[in-house]
Amino acid sequence: MNFFLTIVVDGLIQASWLFIVALGLTLVFGVLKILNIAHGSFYALGAYIAATAVTMVAARSLPPSVGFVAMLVSVALIASAVGLLLERGLLKMFYSRDEVVLLLVTYAVFLILEDVTKLIWGVNPIYATQPYELFGNVAFAGLYYVGYDLVLIPISAAIGFAVWFGLNRTVTGKIVLAVIHNEEMSVSMGVRVNRVYAVAFAFGVLLASLAGALTAPKISMQPGLSSDVIILSFAIVVIGGLGSVEGAAVGAILVGLARAASVHLVPQAELFMIYLIMTAVLMFRPEGLFKRETARRI
Amino acid sequence: MKQGLHPLLMIALVAAVTLFGRVLPTWTLSLATVAASNALIALGIVVLARTGNVSFGQGLFFAAGGYGVALIANVWGVTDAVAQMIIGAVCGGLLGLVIGPLIARYSGIFFGMLTLALSMVLYGALVKSTALGGSDGFNVGRPSLFGMSFNDPREADFMLYAVSVITTGFAGIAATILFRSELGLASLAVRENNLRVEYLGISANLVITINFVIAAIFAGASGAFALMAQRHIDPQFAYWTTSGEFVFVAVLAGYQSVAAVFVASMALELVRSFSNLYLPNTWQLVLGVFLLCVILFLPRGIGSLWIRERQKRMRPTAATPIAAQKEAAL
Repeated sequence: MNFFLTIVVDGLIQASWLFIVALGLTLVFGVLKILNIAHGSFYALGAYIAATAVTMVAARSLPPSVGFVAMLVSVALIASAVGLLLERGLLKMFYSRDEVVLLLVTYAVFLILEDVTKLIWGVNPIYATQPYELFGNVAFAGLYYVGYDLVLIPISAAIGFAVWFGLNRTVTGKIVLAVIHNEEMSVSMGVRVNRVYAVAFAFGVLLASLAGALTAPKISMQPGLSSDVIILSFAIVVIGGLGSVEGAAVGAILVGLARAASVHLVPQAELFMIYLIMTAVLMFRPEGLFKRETARRI
Repeated sequence: MKQGLHPLLMIALVAAVTLFGRVLPTWTLSLATVAASNALIALGIVVLARTGNVSFGQGLFFAAGGYGVALIANVWGVTDAVAQMIIGAVCGGLLGLVIGPLIARYSGIFFGMLTLALSMVLYGALVKSTALGGSDGFNVGRPSLFGMSFNDPREADFMLYAVSVITTGFAGIAATILFRSELGLASLAVRENNLRVEYLGISANLVITINFVIAAIFAGASGAFALMAQRHIDPQFAYWTTSGEFVFVAVLAGYQSVAAVFVASMALELVRSFSNLYLPNTWQLVLGVFLLCVILFLPRGIGSLWIRERQKRMRPTAATPIAAQKEAAL
């Protein structure tokens, strides 16, 4: 029983940050209909920026709580700027083209960002562990957990709720939903679709980088981070259904639990398990667990 | 799809390119071998793309071919280059036959995601399989040809170059014939609207499956060449960035000419090796910028440099309903 509980808690910790990344990916897909391969790079970018912020704060011998706040603020600012810039400066030029072409554009962005991070931060692992001790250790069901890990769970739940609330209970959210549902109609109703696009993309980038920043104290930052994360978040959004917020949550929990379970039970099968789930979901419910079938034009 | 060229003329062209290898410097030979092998797999993607589906998991068949050949070479000592190529093609093709019918029901982004997922399943399995060397992979011996073994590295390089260019050349000729055939035209129709094709009495799924298997065969053979060129195999063959590069070549080429695939593949290898040489830490950056420039300035691919308006009438419009909507919205 205790063993089972360990898997569940570990799974939820994994799910918490995966959910934030996947939420960004699914929103960008919902609004812009782009499957953003560069999404993992934004995660890595956030993690690297956070590491720099934390190190700079620590160098001035300020307390780690200041480092925690500094990393979140700096990442939020830089990521939104990068997102806006990319959407307005680059993606905008390709909206009239095939979906596959847009996919390749984001692939090119992925390649470019991969080297840009290497140029700025080098190829050696970078650590930013100071905030990790911020919340102490917690004894829970006979096991010790790092407080920081457990704090991630309510943070991601809060972000998820905020996004859900923002989309479903505010006017701005309703406009975004209208754009997701039918773009042509929203244009004729006077919605500035290109503004919605820019904000949605920037918000997606923001979420990915925030997840990167939140996980930065837990991990070592090194090249290859982005391609690992994008592969996980693809699985999550496909399991949950592309463009669905609830789906991203369920997908993240499933993937988090699958990861934790395979780490504890069959460590060989980690990536294999996740992709097996994704394949199974695609085989039986290609639209994902949380998406209704839509009518198509004949 | 070059209309005018007669197949005999194409065979002559392949022969000329093969003989041209005698005068090429050694470093270009191995580069051209890799380019030809990548062109083969990209050709498969182009064949499949004519049905409107882009596979982001050709690495699956690439790795299947590579591992199949490597295992058979190490267990039974099959070192003949042509035999290895055929083994690779058979491995890819068999896997394609299993997966094709399952996957043919999907389209667009789901097709791409499913192929990607399958290749990542294989990757995940390969990385953890200690019997196959795990993430380090394993080595295989030097290939031979018809009982001749090549000890001089230059001769060995030329042999591999010749076999890969001839194979890829014939695959290109076969693809051209396929494009002009009923099946090839039906593929374009499936891309336009699969439901209408069904109403006309053709099974869209069957058309996609056949094209998928052809692409898998090409990918398997290409995996065999990659193995022969590197004499080493590892799970990276099945990783999604490997597959991404092949799609990259296909897009670079554009979907209208077989010759463009070869030119694009060679261009990519040249850009890669030169940026490796002069900008060792930023070759991905160069590659990304190169890709963006091609998409932006040559929307129909490198092939559009020499294929003119004539083809435009034949080609279906690329815009999907969604893309058209977006155009209207902006």
